[in-house]
Amino acid sequence: MTIQRPAGEFDYSYAFDMATIRRGWQWALLVVFIIALYTLPFYASQSIVSLANRIGITIIAVQGLNLLTGYTGQISIGQAAFMTVGGYISALLVNNLGWSFFLALPIAALGAGVVGLFFGLPSLRVKGFYLAMATLAAQFIIPWFTRQAFPEVLNGAQGLNVQVPMLLGVKFNEPSRYIYITLSVLIITTIIAHNISRSRLGRAFVAIRDNDLAAELLGVNLFKYKLQAFFLASVFAGVAGALSAHSLRHINSETFNLVDSILLLGTLVVGGLGTNLGAILGAITVELIIEGATLSAPFFVKLFPATAAGMIQALRPLFFGVVLMLFLIFEPRGLAHRWELTKAAWRLRPFSH
Amino acid sequence: MNWQLLPQFTITGLLAGGPIALIALGLVLIFKASYIFNFAQGQLLLLGALFTWWFAVEQGLPLALSILLAILVLALLGFVIERLTLRPMTGQPLLSIILMTLGLSQALQGLALLLFGGSQRNFPQIFSASDPYKIPIPFGAEGTNQMLILKQNLVWSFLVAIVGVLATGAFFQFTRTGLAMRGTSEDHELAQSTGLRIRRVFGISWALAGMIAAVGGVLLATSSGLDLSLSLVVLAAFPAVLLGGLDSIPGASLGD
Repeated sequence: MTIQRPAGEFDYSYAFDMATIRRGWQWALLVVFIIALYTLPFYASQSIVSLANRIGITIIAVQGLNLLTGYTGQISIGQAAFMTVGGYISALLVNNLGWSFFLALPIAALGAGVVGLFFGLPSLRVKGFYLAMATLAAQFIIPWFTRQAFPEVLNGAQGLNVQVPMLLGVKFNEPSRYIYITLSVLIITTIIAHNISRSRLGRAFVAIRDNDLAAELLGVNLFKYKLQAFFLASVFAGVAGALSAHSLRHINSETFNLVDSILLLGTLVVGGLGTNLGAILGAITVELIIEGATLSAPFFVKLFPATAAGMIQALRPLFFGVVLMLFLIFEPRGLAHRWELTKAAWRLRPFSH
Repeated sequence: MNWQLLPQFTITGLLAGGPIALIALGLVLIFKASYIFNFAQGQLLLLGALFTWWFAVEQGLPLALSILLAILVLALLGFVIERLTLRPMTGQPLLSIILMTLGLSQALQGLALLLFGGSQRNFPQIFSASDPYKIPIPFGAEGTNQMLILKQNLVWSFLVAIVGVLATGAFFQFTRTGLAMRGTSEDHELAQSTGLRIRRVFGISWALAGMIAAVGGVLLATSSGLDLSLSLVVLAAFPAVLLGGLDSIPGASLGD
């Protein structure tokens, strides 16, 4: 769908054509929104703030996956494994070497990126379903590695207890404080992801997704760009993993498992594959649905008293699976597409199409 | 390395691969007919074993009858799943189809937990666990009494799995429905032009995969107990399927 401008608004320069925020009131809205997010701990309860934390971390991971699967078309069921890598690297740097968290975070991201690069090598030879299998292999190999290799350092199956980040004497040990870190990193990653998609790199990714043979004929180096896509996706995953590890203050091989990978991929599809807004909307929607599953547990316990103990464990995958399937059947292009249609309908009013 | 134990390990390993071959067969069936890789096969295994348990233990029916009923229920479930969730996916890109079966796997896992609860339960024992078959083998180190010690359920699981694979192969080779399924898997449009109803073929292939999953689930549950991690056994079948070729039935058996 081509970009539709509101009636009466014309692009007068290339810069304005590329601009995302175009009017004064949009800037004002953005500033108000960011201030509202940063002041969340002052007017929202602890559980909502920790939910916001989880949503923020998920958004970062899904943004990375969006670059890989949404823009470049490489299916990856291994995103959670790269989160594990980032989390472990950051935990080791902060625990054992005493680095500051804010220095360990980029290094952990780069480390996860390199691992992702390695597991992205099969993408040069296989496509589609077989690539999904190769990334599924990553999802098993990496936790195995953390369980079996270097037991003195990685602590085997028990995992590591991660220290709390500190900056200038302030300990970020509660969600109401951790949210500032999450929000700041989220703003940075959103800007980066948004700009990548609009740049030459993003256009190359889209070309590979749409028809990689034609892209190669046009001079897009598949080797280089596919590996870059894997690298970027894993960097984002590493950031999300490091943030999550320091937020939960523990990491082991099961913290980010196959179910989380499926969750991230499903979140991306629910939000809208290949759109930056989709990553954000999808993460918010899916996390809210899972919270809804937890909240509706007492109701289900009345219906199925046999399962009282594991009800939350049962309802979460059930709700997520059903929602994902419904979205795939009725709204396969996701919530972002629905939003685009709404905007277009509003702008084209009273014409229907 | 203890070479004297090599025959024992070889045979035990081969026998353990029997149920995996059965699971792989279910995966291959669906892929052969409709080019969909069923990530939810593990959950179908789990549901097969759970339904058998429910019929046998909770309802008190004889074990053979409950296995039969579970097979029927799973066949129906497979058919319903295909109709409701995969039918709308015809013509959709690969990612949507993969995600549909992934979402299905999550939903079925939650459903299994919701309906049956999470505790580990005793599956009715078909074969005695403490009375292994002892088969003397003629060659071995000097002086030692070489015997192959094989647990009963291992041997019978393998035999049932082999029978299942052969039966399915025979079904494909010698019956009209099997022929229709083979034709559909070659080329959907060509099959439709000869008058085959490929939607029915898809439904039958899913129902058949459900039945195979029920049998596989029962076999696995007799050997390793029944709890929710049964669905993870399917992951062992994935490399088997890929190694043997995603659309080849003998390959699925050879693959493990």
